[in-house]
Amino acid sequence: MTEMTTPVVVEAGASRLARWLPRPTPKNLITLLITLILVVGEWSYGIVGGYRKLGLTLGTCVLTELVLSWFLLGRMPFLQSAYITGVSLTMLVRPQAGLVWPFVVGAALSIGSKYVLRYKGNHLWNPSNLGLAALLLLAPTRVALLSHEFGNAIGANAVIWSVGILIAARARILHVSLTYAASFALLAAARSAIVGTPLLAELAPLTGPMYQLLVFFMLTDPRTTVRAKRGRVVTVASIAVVEALIRLGNDFDMAWAAPFAPAPPILALAIVGPIAMALDLRRRSVRGGQNPTV
Amino acid sequence: MTPGNPNRIKRALVHAGFAGLVAFTWYEGRLAPAVREAPRPGKASGIRFREVAREVGIDFVHGATTVDPDVANIAAQITAVGAAVSVCDADGDGHPDLYAISSADGAANALYRNRGDGTFEDVAARAGLAELNVPGELACMGSVWADYDNDGDQDVFVYGWGQGQLLRNEGQLRFVRVTAESGLAFRANSNAATWFDYDEDGWLDLYVTGYFAEEHDLRALETTRIMHDSFEFARNGGRNRLYRSLGDGTFEDVTEEAGVGSTRWTYAAVAADFDRDGWPDLYLANDYGPEELFLNRDGERFELASGIGLEGESKSGMCVALGDVWSQGKLSVFVTNISRRGYLFQGNNLRVSMLDVQGPMLQLADGDVADCGWAWGAQFGDLDDDGFQDLVVANGFISASRERDYWYQMSKISLATGDVVADAALWPAFEDRSLSGFERTRVLRNLGTSTARFVEIGREVGLDDHYDGRAVALADLDGDGRLDVVIANQRGPLLVYKNESEGSGRWIAFDLRGTLGNRDAIGAEVELEFADRRQLQVVTSACGFAAQNERRLHFGLGSDPGAVRAVVRWPSGARTQLEDPELDRVHVVTEDGSR
Repeated sequence: MTEMTTPVVVEAGASRLARWLPRPTPKNLITLLITLILVVGEWSYGIVGGYRKLGLTLGTCVLTELVLSWFLLGRMPFLQSAYITGVSLTMLVRPQAGLVWPFVVGAALSIGSKYVLRYKGNHLWNPSNLGLAALLLLAPTRVALLSHEFGNAIGANAVIWSVGILIAARARILHVSLTYAASFALLAAARSAIVGTPLLAELAPLTGPMYQLLVFFMLTDPRTTVRAKRGRVVTVASIAVVEALIRLGNDFDMAWAAPFAPAPPILALAIVGPIAMALDLRRRSVRGGQNPTV
Repeated sequence: MTPGNPNRIKRALVHAGFAGLVAFTWYEGRLAPAVREAPRPGKASGIRFREVAREVGIDFVHGATTVDPDVANIAAQITAVGAAVSVCDADGDGHPDLYAISSADGAANALYRNRGDGTFEDVAARAGLAELNVPGELACMGSVWADYDNDGDQDVFVYGWGQGQLLRNEGQLRFVRVTAESGLAFRANSNAATWFDYDEDGWLDLYVTGYFAEEHDLRALETTRIMHDSFEFARNGGRNRLYRSLGDGTFEDVTEEAGVGSTRWTYAAVAADFDRDGWPDLYLANDYGPEELFLNRDGERFELASGIGLEGESKSGMCVALGDVWSQGKLSVFVTNISRRGYLFQGNNLRVSMLDVQGPMLQLADGDVADCGWAWGAQFGDLDDDGFQDLVVANGFISASRERDYWYQMSKISLATGDVVADAALWPAFEDRSLSGFERTRVLRNLGTSTARFVEIGREVGLDDHYDGRAVALADLDGDGRLDVVIANQRGPLLVYKNESEGSGRWIAFDLRGTLGNRDAIGAEVELEFADRRQLQVVTSACGFAAQNERRLHFGLGSDPGAVRAVVRWPSGARTQLEDPELDRVHVVTEDGSR
């Protein structure tokens, strides 16, 4: 009797479980990837730097999203975006010892930008990119980003890149990630030739956590990426070019480049991303194809 | 209101809030210690210093060592250490002398003998302590003084890159090299060492740390793969070694059985009883890695402490200063680290040991304490005798070009994965760039609150040079009952800051003489009760970075100390108690064997 009924129970249980498990949509896979980076980073090297920091950042992101969505739009938001933003900020923001406000303010600025910095019904900046850029440019005496490798383990890096590439392919955004990586590598070679620095030193930043988050989450954010595939490729390549200019400016000690030196890719995206997005929105609105979203 | 079309008032409120956050962020950036340079009247509370090195006969300038041309691209970084100073009593006259280290080929070290009136003469050449920088043998990086043979005079171990040297004091200011016959003939690339009696047998043992791995002769390299293999968790540094004294002037290597052979990139080591079990422990500041506390288990072996808040915080430890920041009888450490706007905020660590109550090394650092720039040597000391220990912190790494900076170049290599970073040849060239150069020495005044609040007063009190500071040492050089400050600067002058503070509080000091244990009483503790406080100080050998303080323990008492009581705990286990000792004077206390 028991033998007869057991499969039925299991099947029913599995069915209930399946209902609760998130479906492998692109967004869910991306969420899974950033969680993987968080867990691997924390488990291997304590990248979180304290659960208070994680709680504060994530909590502020979620709370800001809930409050602003309800206050301005009168509806409950999806919180995946807030979660991804919160995790990115937790890993990258490295303020002066003892400071808590950069996590709270960075999170609030990031999510708030989605509701404030808008053009033709869309926000222009990837939220975490905006938050990081604002903290770095407004308070560099207080805030830095994770500017070094955590742990320096090739294995952990290989896992993150491999899983990231698989998920990006599944989410149909691999062309964005690969275009940036290839552009960075080509321009690194060019910079190496111009400046005379070893090529490996110029390529080295690509392996850091800042670039992992940039390549798999910020550049590929569907809400702040131009719609056409070719446009995305051009945009991402342009970001790499602006980053290369920032880097060359610093290699040659040009004063204008100094404020961008701590995080060239983050700030290049903060410059190029919204311009490309605005141009795309304008083009789409001319064609009558705008699609306002938050 | 319809979704996607919020009314104007709501939108205006949200926009105003967003603008407020932007303004707040900008304003907070303006308040940072790195930005706030203007003096703040009233915070110094009578503390005054005046730089008097030349006035008192000291004109020493540090020279840096050189490295193999294969790593010339980052020679500026590799050779950016070596300036060191130790306070000692080389001639045994009771007045603190200064031994200053240079690192350049053939450069002479200086032994500044205190004439007794606060003026000095260099007697290193006739003492046999000048000519120790010999190409191919040793580039000096520091010295630790102690009476290792318990014969009543101060001997010295000079460590560095190459073969460190043990020099025995023969009296009459004459030192002889006894390195080989003592069993200390080994090569290392060392930036720290300390004497302590880990097994409490009455003979001082020697702990020597490694920075670069010992297989590298930095002047004649066989490979350029000499650097750390990680910026946060490097373990490919030089091996630390523990040498146990056999009591006959010789030593044996007990590193393995004692379990203290860390290969992290150690820059500083201090010995004290952090867990209050009666045995001296070892606290290490490591570059490219977390601090390490090796707990002494019955004088037989050491265990690396875990779960006390150290292993998760990987930074760039440069020095360990030892004090009692609360004046509550709990040991504190101040470990310097790196802060640089926009790039890196590791923050200095100010920790209080709660190990006696099964707690952690409690982190207290923030604000001015955490961010001094690229901080190196530091010391605790009560500069105004108000009953609370202040901090002096030397800062600045490489001062070269004022226009060109290496931080951006550093940020490229610091993101490398694998062992790319270990290969010096792959690092961008320094050229004439600075790296956190021209940073100011800081004085952090302890405000005496239960939360250990400090205010930075370096500019107000005249202790604010911009050299590349390395070693900081404290001593009462002129015997006026106030702590003076000596700073050794990389490629710069040895500075002597005379304490001319007015309206300071009462004070008391103790010179301890061991009879059952080691003669220098290294490891002995004085716990002083006064007012409502209970301050703990420990006799140490090395303390800070490449430095040694005057061994005399100086306590500030404030203006109204009330009943004063001192308890001396000797390494032998003996205790000495002093009730109502006379104030404003130095007490010589000899171990009497009572328990």
